Amino acid sequence: MYQFSGKLKTVSLALILLGALGIAYSFLSAPKTIEDAKEIIANQSSHGDSHGASHADVTIEEHKIEMVEEAHANDKDSHQEVADENHGEIKEAHTEAGSHDVNHEDEHAEHVLHQLQNKPWSALYVALFFFLGISLLVLAFYASQRVAQSAWSVVLFRVMEAITANLVPTSIAMLFVIGAAVMHYNHMFPWMADGIFDTTSPNYDAIIDGKSWWMNVPGWAIRSVVYLAIWNAYRFIIRKGSIAEDTANDENKTYKRNFNASVIFLFLFMITESLMSWDWIMGLDPHWFSTLFGWYVLASLLVSALTVIAFVTIYLRSKGALPLVNDSHIHDLAKFMFGFSIFWTYLWFSQFMLIWYADIPEETTYFVARFNEYKLPFLAMVVMNFVFPILLLLNSDFKSIPWFIVIGGLVILGGHYVDVFVMVMPATVGAQWSFGIPEISGLLFFLGIFIYTVFSAFAKANPAPQGNPFLKESAQFHYYNIEHRGEGSVDH
Amino acid sequence: MESSKVIHAFYNDDEILLDAVKAVKAKHHHIEEVFCPFPVHGLDKAMGLAPTRLAITAFFYGITGLAFAIWMTNYMMIEDWPQDIGGKPNFSWWTNMPAFVPIMFELTVFFAAHLMVLTFYMRSRIWPFKEAENPDPRTTDDHFLMEIPVHNNEEELTLLLSQTGAVEINIVDKH
Repeated sequence: MYQFSGKLKTVSLALILLGALGIAYSFLSAPKTIEDAKEIIANQSSHGDSHGASHADVTIEEHKIEMVEEAHANDKDSHQEVADENHGEIKEAHTEAGSHDVNHEDEHAEHVLHQLQNKPWSALYVALFFFLGISLLVLAFYASQRVAQSAWSVVLFRVMEAITANLVPTSIAMLFVIGAAVMHYNHMFPWMADGIFDTTSPNYDAIIDGKSWWMNVPGWAIRSVVYLAIWNAYRFIIRKGSIAEDTANDENKTYKRNFNASVIFLFLFMITESLMSWDWIMGLDPHWFSTLFGWYVLASLLVSALTVIAFVTIYLRSKGALPLVNDSHIHDLAKFMFGFSIFWTYLWFSQFMLIWYADIPEETTYFVARFNEYKLPFLAMVVMNFVFPILLLLNSDFKSIPWFIVIGGLVILGGHYVDVFVMVMPATVGAQWSFGIPEISGLLFFLGIFIYTVFSAFAKANPAPQGNPFLKESAQFHYYNIEHRGEGSVDH
Repeated sequence: MESSKVIHAFYNDDEILLDAVKAVKAKHHHIEEVFCPFPVHGLDKAMGLAPTRLAITAFFYGITGLAFAIWMTNYMMIEDWPQDIGGKPNFSWWTNMPAFVPIMFELTVFFAAHLMVLTFYMRSRIWPFKEAENPDPRTTDDHFLMEIPVHNNEEELTLLLSQTGAVEINIVDKH
């Protein structure tokens, strides 16, 4: 049995504490009034740095987007006319933004205030969604391994189960964020603002009103709770069933029950994952929609989940806690990391290229905002998630060398954090983004929780799932192409 | 000096063949060739054959294909006749790059796959109308054959091979 070392426990608690302090600080230091926001804007432009200078351009760009959207919303019948009008309006917007009259400055300050108030929430949300999604996709990958009756991964089952333990605290944190959104404590979801569905309100938005059958607060909250309930229910059932398997001795009845539960879960997972990505991520940009978004989020989280499985496995193996895991298991995990990195790129590019190619204004705004304000993370993400892994993990020998996988995996995880960052931030904080205390503390907080829950869960069960009928095959698993270092040559 | 005599040992099971290869290797005899009706897992390792470098060639063929696609799209679409086709920006290769990615991908795969296959054919000396080099037609059906050159040690080799479970041992004059 593995023992959760006191040192690691201290590290995780220190991370949680440090993260919590940073999160508290970022909430307390967010601007409260419009005056605070004006001061910050004044500071930004008086510094005269690149950020201040680019700010004016960005506002013009934002206006352009808003104008195009408004024009589109107001007139659905005569597209040609709208297009012509757009040009005029955009020009007007340009001059307006240039002249900077008092009224406009106030509006701008209010806009910036909302973005700045969103910052601590968004920073927390990005880290939360990243860790929640990884735990969820480890669970889904685990279910898929049970359903496929794959033998190679059986010795890794307890590692995957341990990682899914992190689903519980992240789901609780998610419930907290959902509650805060419903109670209007945060404004990350623009469609939740007051008066959006009220035709008499100045906030009225006809496009969002058209989607109100799906985008309404009660429906959203209920759906969110249902997703979390389904995922956690399966995790609870399968963890219990998996431990029961160890001592069951009932002609694999428990094993078959776990198989059936996993089949049902995978079916529900594919549905809830899609809906979740619409509700929790695409809902941040309520004017925008994309059909393959659910798969795209899935791919991003899946490759991160596989990387995390590889990391925890490599760590536990180095501590001698996984005697049955050999180089071939690591090699297979690395193959999955490599394959799904490419799968992510395929979906990312398919989404981007289809929208770029047709260039329909209502779709393109999404990438215009990201390309103008998030150029570095947007492009760096492709290098980190595609170019780097493809070059590093292409060679078969490299795929079983732990430090290669750790380096490749760190870049992949960093890249997919940036991916979630670029999915969330442009919609909530826009040009006011930065990577500082709120973002780092969110990451540290959830990393601490991850380490604590995962390793204490791993210490609670036998590291080898004794009752699994494929355990022996898994322990002998050998990929023909690689030499096992530090193991007997009998394995060949 | 090249030996003109070889010994042909026949086996009818891949497991016995693998053990025989290990036994012959342990006595430090050179195995000229092994003929099998199907791939025998671990035979190359038992014989001590060097790993293939075919994958490495494929990587470079892929890079060649990618370079060819980049050159071709850039020359045709940007340099030679930069027409405005449906508003696609063609001021530079980069501004229109996403539209070229499908062909870049396909040509990378095309070059990597086809040139690797041709390399395989050339290195394995396979082509249409090539005369089969099979010493015994049974090795394409249900027998395995190990070929060992003889250097005035016929009796020693015959004894060793019969101990390894060979079902038939022939000494053949080659050429």
